[in-house]
Amino acid sequence: MTNTPHISVQDFNVYIENQHILKNININIPNKSVTSIIGPSGCGKTTLLKSFNRLLDNTANVKIDGKVLVDGENIYDPNVEVTHIRKKMGLLSQRPYPLPMSIYDNVAYGPRIHGIRNKSELDELVELQLKATGLWNEVKDRLNASATRLSIGQQQRLCLARGLAVEPEIILGDESTSALDPVSTHIIEDLFINLKQKYTIVLVTHILRQARRVSDYIIFVYMGKIIEFGPTEEVLLNPKEELTREYVKGFIS
Amino acid sequence: MLVFTLASVSLVFVIGIGLYYRSIPILNKLSWFDLLTKSAWKPMKGLFGFYPFIMGTLWVTAIAIIIALPLSIFTSLYLVEYAHAKIKRVLIPFVNLLSGIPPVIYGVWGVLFIVPLIQEHIAPHFIEFSTGYSVLAGGIVLAVMIFPLIVSIITEVLTTIPQDLKDASLSIGATKWETIKKVIIRKATPGIIAATVLAISRAFGETIAVLMVCGNNAVVPHSVFDTGYPLPALIANNYGEMMSIPLYDSALMFAALLLFIIILLFNIISRVILARLERNLTT
Repeated sequence: MTNTPHISVQDFNVYIENQHILKNININIPNKSVTSIIGPSGCGKTTLLKSFNRLLDNTANVKIDGKVLVDGENIYDPNVEVTHIRKKMGLLSQRPYPLPMSIYDNVAYGPRIHGIRNKSELDELVELQLKATGLWNEVKDRLNASATRLSIGQQQRLCLARGLAVEPEIILGDESTSALDPVSTHIIEDLFINLKQKYTIVLVTHILRQARRVSDYIIFVYMGKIIEFGPTEEVLLNPKEELTREYVKGFIS
Repeated sequence: MLVFTLASVSLVFVIGIGLYYRSIPILNKLSWFDLLTKSAWKPMKGLFGFYPFIMGTLWVTAIAIIIALPLSIFTSLYLVEYAHAKIKRVLIPFVNLLSGIPPVIYGVWGVLFIVPLIQEHIAPHFIEFSTGYSVLAGGIVLAVMIFPLIVSIITEVLTTIPQDLKDASLSIGATKWETIKKVIIRKATPGIIAATVLAISRAFGETIAVLMVCGNNAVVPHSVFDTGYPLPALIANNYGEMMSIPLYDSALMFAALLLFIIILLFNIISRVILARLERNLTT
């Protein structure tokens, strides 16, 4: 890999309710590219993704050991401030979860929390991010309308804009298109491809075609272990491991 | 089974009509407006002003809500968002137990504990003298009684808020408290309003505990340390007595009718809010 890693996971183990969910994970996620995590349901893909921004902390009965380095800083260090880690990453979940407020306030939510009060500065930020996600022309006349009035696809783009507004370095997507129609899915995928020039993107996906369309690298996870990691075409077309080959053919899932 | 169901449901209308029918004698004598706004209560002279009782009810209810609502919101937030599963398992039955205690016990507790507390420790800081029997005492006792009701509804509403929504806020770098303040409370607002309305209607109707600590003087209270005489206490205290006074019986029926209408209205309002809330959650 030509890139220096942006996220580096070292000897990472997660136990939930005494079950060993992630087993001895070691992975370097390349900078400014799209990496997809694939694997059958329940293999630990989402757990791995959520360990990157410490959302795992909220799970009951969770035990974590090992390191996750972001920009060389171990985010599981007890001295690290969680909000500072999370600010570096935007999360796009399976279904869009707009906050119970207006379109404008959704995008301005992060900047406001991080101390931006100036109205014109906020206006500018909101416009910038809504343009970046292609929503501006669709919503510019109703910025004060409730975000729940938007279509699901628009809501998901709004959630992306909300995440981008805090100027993260990394975008995490947890099957972000699974609730969307094909057109919206396509828009989101194109956004990911464009955004990788500025951001490191890590996606969890079920859909191999999507992984192939958008990602530069693929991580194949099976039963809590990383089986294979490599450039997209290699993993999908010429897998080294037997398990990967079977999954890619659609046998395991 | 349908017959039984219909019979029980129609009881609401039967009671409403019955109360109205029995109130007719006094309604023929005095107008609704006079009954509701006059403050003289002299049954012997034929003066029936319900204003002091209405005000007594409002004071007691308002005090109860002002005390109970913030307590309930913080308790619910603690139980749902912060408490460890084990603590929750211990605490929630205790909260529910509070709602199972018979009102008369709250009344006794009010007389033995709250009334002297107000008389000796609270009132002297503000006014010269109070017996302790006051709308404040009634409000405090009521607050404790409606607290479990509000907590149970709000915890229910809070648990329905999806973790992913909280994660959405947290992943932006909001702290837990910021998430609670700006997202969770906002999302729960309709539920909190419904809980409040339901609690108000419960507080309006509560009789025995309030009757024991409020002092029961037919005057309009002007401070929290004044005595008050809520409507249900009026009915409970006097029904069956002094019935020889003309129109007294009818006046009490009118008081019951008033209560009935108010509680019916509040229940309808809270149902509408809850129904709307459910619609919002499912779409």
